[in-house]
Amino acid sequence: MKILVPVKRVVDYNVKVRPLSDNSNVDLNNVKMSVNPFCEIAVEEAVRLKESGQATEVVVVTVGGDESQEQLRACLALGADRAILAQSEGLLEPLAIAKVLTKIVESENPNLIILGKQAIDGDNNQTGQMLAAMLDMPQATFASELKIEGDNAVVTREIDGGLQTISVNLPAIVTTDLRLNEPRYASLPNIMQAKKKDLSIQNVSDLGIDVSDRTSILSVELPPTREAGVMVDSIEELVEKLKNEAKVIT
Amino acid sequence: MSILVVAEHDNNEIKGSTLNTVTAASEIGGDVSVLVAGSESSSVAEQASKIAGISSVIHVDDPIYKNFLAEDLGNLVASIAEGFNYILAPATTFGKNFLPRVAAKLDVQQISDIISVEGADTFKRPIYAGSCIATVKSNDSVKVITVRTTAFDSSPMTDSSVTVNSGDVVDSLNNSSFVNDEIAESDRPELTAADVIVSGGRALGSSENFKIIEALADKLGAAVGASRAAVDAGYVPNDYQVGQTGKIVAPTLYIAIGISGAIQHLAGMKDSKVIVAINKDEDAPIFQVADYGLVGDLFEAVPELTDSV
Repeated sequence: MKILVPVKRVVDYNVKVRPLSDNSNVDLNNVKMSVNPFCEIAVEEAVRLKESGQATEVVVVTVGGDESQEQLRACLALGADRAILAQSEGLLEPLAIAKVLTKIVESENPNLIILGKQAIDGDNNQTGQMLAAMLDMPQATFASELKIEGDNAVVTREIDGGLQTISVNLPAIVTTDLRLNEPRYASLPNIMQAKKKDLSIQNVSDLGIDVSDRTSILSVELPPTREAGVMVDSIEELVEKLKNEAKVIT
Repeated sequence: MSILVVAEHDNNEIKGSTLNTVTAASEIGGDVSVLVAGSESSSVAEQASKIAGISSVIHVDDPIYKNFLAEDLGNLVASIAEGFNYILAPATTFGKNFLPRVAAKLDVQQISDIISVEGADTFKRPIYAGSCIATVKSNDSVKVITVRTTAFDSSPMTDSSVTVNSGDVVDSLNNSSFVNDEIAESDRPELTAADVIVSGGRALGSSENFKIIEALADKLGAAVGASRAAVDAGYVPNDYQVGQTGKIVAPTLYIAIGISGAIQHLAGMKDSKVIVAINKDEDAPIFQVADYGLVGDLFEAVPELTDSV
């Protein structure tokens, strides 16, 4: 079984992102970039399936600029076998990314595709589902457990009311939620070894698909800030304020 | 303009998220139709027909829609989409699951999680876990949108009802099947609809200790929430999680207990009307968004609070 894991380079989750001073977009100058955390979980799951003998090859792919090679190498250090960079001019929207991935899937023919449920930059939560629709594949989003049973993937999903288990025919798309696994840290020998692994580059412009933007960002602003509150010294004072000042309890 | 709202329901009752989504549709303006796709769901179609501000209900009833599997629901909505300028669904796990499939089928870049309607093609939405708000313009001829339910009021119900038309079933892809649901039964209010929420964090230390949170919630008639850390540690199930990747809530009163206030948690609750924080660390970021903060040992403060309300 071959597993394809599409990943994304995003601002590190510890960075507090702010708008540019002209409010035209977010300020990404000199900020730390990382593999999207949900994508790391996807890589980890694929590597575990390989380690347990259920998968034979793990291929990571990203759609982005040359600098995304750094994140692909990070995924190779986590245990992926080889990497593909679909090189684009600028950042693409989820619809365009899904179209590019469709082409990669057609040439790689994976049995399973695992993606993060969302990237923590745009918080769109779209790419996996869009890719599934374009390929007419079944999907299991927000996975907290994944089992391969013959020609099916049995997936437990985190939904608003609790958990749901579904079974999807392979090939299928799975998107990861937080509790699917805890990704490992890359060891130094693995980081060194990752530098020797195969990383191939394709140009998105050679794929013959329209990847132009369908939306435009008119402005980016800080959200309204809450006014500073007060500290209370006792539960008695808190209850008094909730009753008489905020009037939210009786 | 004509707008299709895909209703969230459980084949018996329409969910509140549908009513918030109808309000967003009304703010865009135009003829609003509500699609009820389900199995043995005629009572839902009847309820939907009484939502204020809509002009018709499309009801598609077939066993293949019983569990709202994304493959069949996505194809159904895409087949109905023709003639509509907007397709809306709530940004809940229900809407997030299938609507991007519809957008892909229609070759549209979906706009996720809108918090306001600025114009016919312009919307505001949070990005980077709510650190920034982007104003986004869609240049697609059809707009496919998920709606953050806490950002829009519920559309009221009326006594009169609009026409319910039957829609056609689309053949199933038969590539996905439902196995089972583990839905927690609770007498407490639903987290996303609750007026008061009491949330606990990692500082609780165990699921046993989490009972003091539940006792306070029950005294206040509140829902119980949790931070990601508390869910990851196994103190409470996943459906308690409030935050960027959990539930987005905006109750009248949110009481955060032993929650430090990571940005990912704040993203899910900072639109609450009144926020109370109890934490032993006076530098915890939660105090920066709290209206009332108390520095102290939660194991003393929470039972005392429970006794005083």
